Amino acid sequence: MKFTEFHVILQSKLTQNHMSDIASKVRSIIVDKLGVDENEVTPEASFTNDLGADSLDTVELIMEFEKEFNLSIPDDQAENIQTVGQAITYLEANAK
Amino acid sequence: MRRVVITGLGAITPLGNSVQDYWNGLVQGRSGAAPITHFDASKFRTQFAAEVKGFDPENHMDRKEARKMDPYTQYAMVTAEEAFNDAGLHQFKIDGERAGVIWGSGIGGLYTVFHEFKSYFEGDGTPKFNPFFVPKMISDIAAGYLSIRYGFHGPNYTTVSACASSNNAIIDAFNYIRWGVADLFITGGSEAAVNEPGVAGFNAMKALSERNDDPATASRPFDLNRDGFVLGEGGAALILESLDHALARGARIYAEIGGVGLSADAHHITAPHPEGLGATLVMRNALRDAGLVPSEIDYINVHGTSTPLGDVSEIKAIQNVFGEDAYRLNVSSTKSMTGHLLGAAGAAEAVASILAIVHGRVPPTINHFTDDPAFDPRINLTFNAPQSRTVRAALSNTFGFGGHNTSVVFKAYQA
Repeated sequence: MKFTEFHVILQSKLTQNHMSDIASKVRSIIVDKLGVDENEVTPEASFTNDLGADSLDTVELIMEFEKEFNLSIPDDQAENIQTVGQAITYLEANAK
Repeated sequence: MRRVVITGLGAITPLGNSVQDYWNGLVQGRSGAAPITHFDASKFRTQFAAEVKGFDPENHMDRKEARKMDPYTQYAMVTAEEAFNDAGLHQFKIDGERAGVIWGSGIGGLYTVFHEFKSYFEGDGTPKFNPFFVPKMISDIAAGYLSIRYGFHGPNYTTVSACASSNNAIIDAFNYIRWGVADLFITGGSEAAVNEPGVAGFNAMKALSERNDDPATASRPFDLNRDGFVLGEGGAALILESLDHALARGARIYAEIGGVGLSADAHHITAPHPEGLGATLVMRNALRDAGLVPSEIDYINVHGTSTPLGDVSEIKAIQNVFGEDAYRLNVSSTKSMTGHLLGAAGAAEAVASILAIVHGRVPPTINHFTDDPAFDPRINLTFNAPQSRTVRAALSNTFGFGGHNTSVVFKAYQA
């Protein structure tokens, strides 16, 4: 795997493997579903504004997060997940 | 009314994934049928099909785009691109408001439906349907994607008439051009039903050949021992233009559409009319529309699916319409080689008919072993080897479950 700046920052911030696992899985889901380069998947990147997602892509991403992390994200919370960082933060707080 | 010509062709077929490979397969008399590789068919009554081979959508589009398309739409995108470039349109500024897309698919996204349902039934009842499920599944989406890809704002939809679907698409595109509604169309059709429900569904109807020990000879239209059709898949595309539009941009012209015919059997949902009533009407309608008499047709690309009943009623219809001329012209079923492309059959056979005119060569009906006394031996069914002849005009039939009949007459272009 290419060691991007983003990854370095994450590695240094995250002390538990559990948490870095989440970030890495989120990134790989985004790369897979949106067909973007992993260098573009920065914490502040917006799914729709920066990563080329349309409304259906965004719904699919949320569903993939739910499946991968075995949780259910209520609609009102899903609406607030618009960037990579927001997804990681939400999942780190809520994933089992 | 305006004249309409064909200026571009595309094909993805069980014989090859380009027009050149498809045509080579046709005149070599190759079979595209082989054991099924798309899924484990070991428990299926029919374990072979005429699959598209070596097709990787990611050679033609990015993965994100490919993932959102059912295989039938992937075939549409790739075959349309071949036709578009073949017509030289990539080097020409098209007036998008005068250009449209009419596509044909008999079933649409069957693969997508099957897999989405499968994952639902394997779950605990909580619906987890993918947001792309509906747009992947619907049978009109290929036409939508093509309009987006090429910026065509003219008429845009999909025709659905089972195995006649893409002939209906060609017919509608032809009509809109000759009526002056648009100048140019991407038309044709695609189908991708070599999957579990496709094979099992047609098996349940006893429509498919079950010659598992010899797939390559299973599609044998007009042979005494024919036992059903061979399921095929793929797509084919045609660029239709008004003659004026084609001449103005200096386009190479393959052939002209002479006229078209439509009819219904009004008889049974799947069985053909025993006397070929609908087939008789549709060929008469097409000849009348083209302003041609039977002696002016040199080749009929028949629907000829290799079913016991269908082949008989179609030949009766040809004798009804053509009389003594039925013994002068060539008849062939290219489904003997491609299998039955269902909703894409009309478009694939349009390409075969057009190239028969262009090359003066009639592709054969392969796999003929034993004469069936049901067929008058004076009819030249072009058995087993291609035949060279001048083809002034060719008529292409496709008929669909529901009793839908379509014919398109292609003729050599003469200024």
